[in-house]
Amino acid sequence: MISSQTQSTQSGTTLDSGKARQARITGAILLALACLVLFVFGMDASGDATFRLSRPTDPWAVPNLVVPAGPFNYIAGAILAFLGVRQFLQGGVRWTSLSLGLGLAILVMAFLVWATAGKAFSLTGMLQATMVRAVPIALGGLAGVLCERVAVVNIAIEGMLLAGAFTGALIGSLLGGWGGLAAAVVVGGAFGFILAALVVTYRMDQIIAGVVINLFVLGLTSYVSSQVFSEYRHLNNAPVFRAFKIPLLGDIPVIGPMLFKQNLFVYGALILVAISTYYLFFTRNGLRARAVGEHPEAADTLGINVYRTRYIHVTLGGMVAGFGGAWFTLGSVGRFDENMTGGRGFIGLAAMIFGRWHPVGALAAALVFGFADSLQQKLALLRTPIPSEFLAMSPYIATIIVVAGFIGKAQPPAADGKPYVKE
Amino acid sequence: MDVELRGITKRFGPVVANDGINLQIRAGEVLGLLGENGAGKSTMMNILSGLYAPDTGDILINGKKVVFEDPGDGIAAGIGMVHQHFMLVPVFTVAENVILGVEPTGRFDYLDLKTARKQVRDINDRYGLEVDPDALIETLPVGIQQRVEILKVLFRSADVIILDEPTAVLTPQEVEDFFDIVRSLRDAGKAIVFITHKLHEILEISDRISVLRHGRITGEGDPAKLTTETLAEMMVGRPVSFTVDKSPPHPGRPMLSVSDLCLFDAHDDFALDHVNFEVHSGEVVGIAGVQGNGQTELVETITGLTRPASGMIRFDDENVTRASVRDRHRMGMAHIPEDRLRSGMISNFTVAENMVLNSYYAPAYSKGPEIDWPKVQATAAQYCVDFDVRTPSVFLPAGNLSGGNQQKMVVARELERETKLVVASQPTRGLDVGSIEYIHERLIAARDEGDGVLIVSSELDEIMGLSDRILVMFEGRIVAEFDTTKGPIDRNAVGLAMAGASS
Repeated sequence: MISSQTQSTQSGTTLDSGKARQARITGAILLALACLVLFVFGMDASGDATFRLSRPTDPWAVPNLVVPAGPFNYIAGAILAFLGVRQFLQGGVRWTSLSLGLGLAILVMAFLVWATAGKAFSLTGMLQATMVRAVPIALGGLAGVLCERVAVVNIAIEGMLLAGAFTGALIGSLLGGWGGLAAAVVVGGAFGFILAALVVTYRMDQIIAGVVINLFVLGLTSYVSSQVFSEYRHLNNAPVFRAFKIPLLGDIPVIGPMLFKQNLFVYGALILVAISTYYLFFTRNGLRARAVGEHPEAADTLGINVYRTRYIHVTLGGMVAGFGGAWFTLGSVGRFDENMTGGRGFIGLAAMIFGRWHPVGALAAALVFGFADSLQQKLALLRTPIPSEFLAMSPYIATIIVVAGFIGKAQPPAADGKPYVKE
Repeated sequence: MDVELRGITKRFGPVVANDGINLQIRAGEVLGLLGENGAGKSTMMNILSGLYAPDTGDILINGKKVVFEDPGDGIAAGIGMVHQHFMLVPVFTVAENVILGVEPTGRFDYLDLKTARKQVRDINDRYGLEVDPDALIETLPVGIQQRVEILKVLFRSADVIILDEPTAVLTPQEVEDFFDIVRSLRDAGKAIVFITHKLHEILEISDRISVLRHGRITGEGDPAKLTTETLAEMMVGRPVSFTVDKSPPHPGRPMLSVSDLCLFDAHDDFALDHVNFEVHSGEVVGIAGVQGNGQTELVETITGLTRPASGMIRFDDENVTRASVRDRHRMGMAHIPEDRLRSGMISNFTVAENMVLNSYYAPAYSKGPEIDWPKVQATAAQYCVDFDVRTPSVFLPAGNLSGGNQQKMVVARELERETKLVVASQPTRGLDVGSIEYIHERLIAARDEGDGVLIVSSELDEIMGLSDRILVMFEGRIVAEFDTTKGPIDRNAVGLAMAGASS
């Protein structure tokens, strides 16, 4: 390898490798962002941007963060320009991913400062909302991780979330919150089991099986909600799990309200991500599950039951999705509406890919999506000239760019989507 | 531990893969199991390891009858198998692969990799395997991957070790090292079953030989009293000549010339690293090398399936570096691809349809906007006669043919026209001896008609038998060249070059 590289420089031919091209494209993007920040966000900004970091009632009040908008954005633009130029210099290839990540973070900060210039804005509140909105996406993504790690593509996460939301509302109205939650998990698991039966035992196409489940759940819940819930309103009036503060930890400025002043679902999502990570990467059964996803023949020759492993994990994934679905009703409004999941399950799948099939990665990606979601809401209050819908699109554009261009190496489990036929 | 197979029969639909097989495997002995592809060797060993259940017959371990219901049972009984296609998870480490299925664990199902590493090192030391337990499988050369497979078997304390075509992916030098490992295992009291179709290897390593043909044991014996000729006759059922009959070459003008060809792989390393060579009309150039050293990429670049990152390809005095596959084909380039099922034919299409895959658009086969099917069928039938493709009908799906007939069909399609250059990649992989002989004859005939012939093969014997000139590829580079017309070639020198040991 080393000798071959020196050979190429000696012979002087210009060889265009993929990474060099990526580095240059990244450089161009960063320079374009630098122009945007300097000439739009920088020149247009006047006054100070005030970020509130705590509420007056908090025990440890933190002073507000006041940023002079113009100078801040000029500096941000200069940093972006520096990162962009470096991509074109010798050795720029090594910095591609880091520079892009840093660049996007700086862009978001510059944008916030510009939008807040001359006004005040609660950063803490937004981070708290980010966490809340990330929950169904993270749980959907985690369900996807559990399924795809054993090589079953689960498009049905959307339907499982919806089923969980519906069951949570219905049973929650009859038996109370905990009963509703348990029922949502069971129903999610049942749909997971059905998916496993279709794709593992009957070797149905995984995409079609998932789409079928989605359409079935959508049709059934929409019918019941419009025909039954409209007549019998008490069936769609579930109690809601309120937020509760964890003592001491909840009082930490900024981070406290985000992580430790939330409801059951946020804590549940964080705990499930931690457990799944431990399970998949540090336990015997996790190793076996990953082996089934990567090389089922090998697992089979070693006496690991591929079919049973897939059934178990897809069912577990369904249970996680059912729990995530209950968030929509028991964790927020207590009432089911037609198609109230609104594609969060699919975004969860995107978070899974963005997060490289790792539970923590899926959570981090879900936070990015949740951040964009809450940013869009808060910006409506700040009255920026940009329509908030465009901001709502931004994370998905970022996903396309990142997944298509920069996570080339993030490979799904090798056997992902392929049925295993035992000889 | 001694194992006996008694009257084992296994059918797959109408095909009898194993027909009343009796076999004895003894501790401290290497049993060589010889047979052509499709003779039923792998089926038999899959039965022994518990992957398949036999239709009739018994397996006896130390005289006692056992029944295996799944692969776990075979492992539990002490029978371990090293598959021809490695059963390793590429993104796991050596230790993780070795312990998979029998993992040492702590509390909360915690995977005890520390103990695992120590156990792997212990086995390493005992048998001289020298494998780093923390290396990722995908970063290891195949020779080492094979040792990992052996580690896996030993870790499960197997007493019977089945090696299915273990040398197929190894260089001649790696084979020697591998044989040392096999001997040390045998001396430690393990029973070894060595499955292969390579005659000289089986004579070198075995203590006892059984030959399998059409699912039956057709011969048994002591390697000291057997020769390659008698073994080949047992294996094929008739006398076989191993030399390819050919006259001296008459090289003409350069037909293909490749200069400074470079290509990158998915990791941005060189797949082809400044490759330069020429193929003249009327000569066979063979490219030797262990699989995965750039041969596939070279063939794909020459035939136009992949565009090179830099460099130039000239064919028949024209620059074809950016020419399309069809243009190259029209100019007279024939391509016999390395994997006929993946890129040489369409299994669900009929033999007739497959025969015109490269020429269906020609005026000869069109009737207005339609394809002239009667004409296509007549032509295909003629090709089948010319190239000895044995099929009951040209309307049969090509997938129903035997491997040998499929390959002859591909060869017929590619050579039944005016060609100037034949690029043949692994032209005889997985074929029976009869088909191999026939395809070799055809390639030599193409040469004698004045074509340039480029052959890529991982079988060194094939390269040495066919080629007038041999180029050795290693890590994307041509590292050595041998001229067979100037006297015999040292097999060892080629083997060393294949391992990258040349200057």
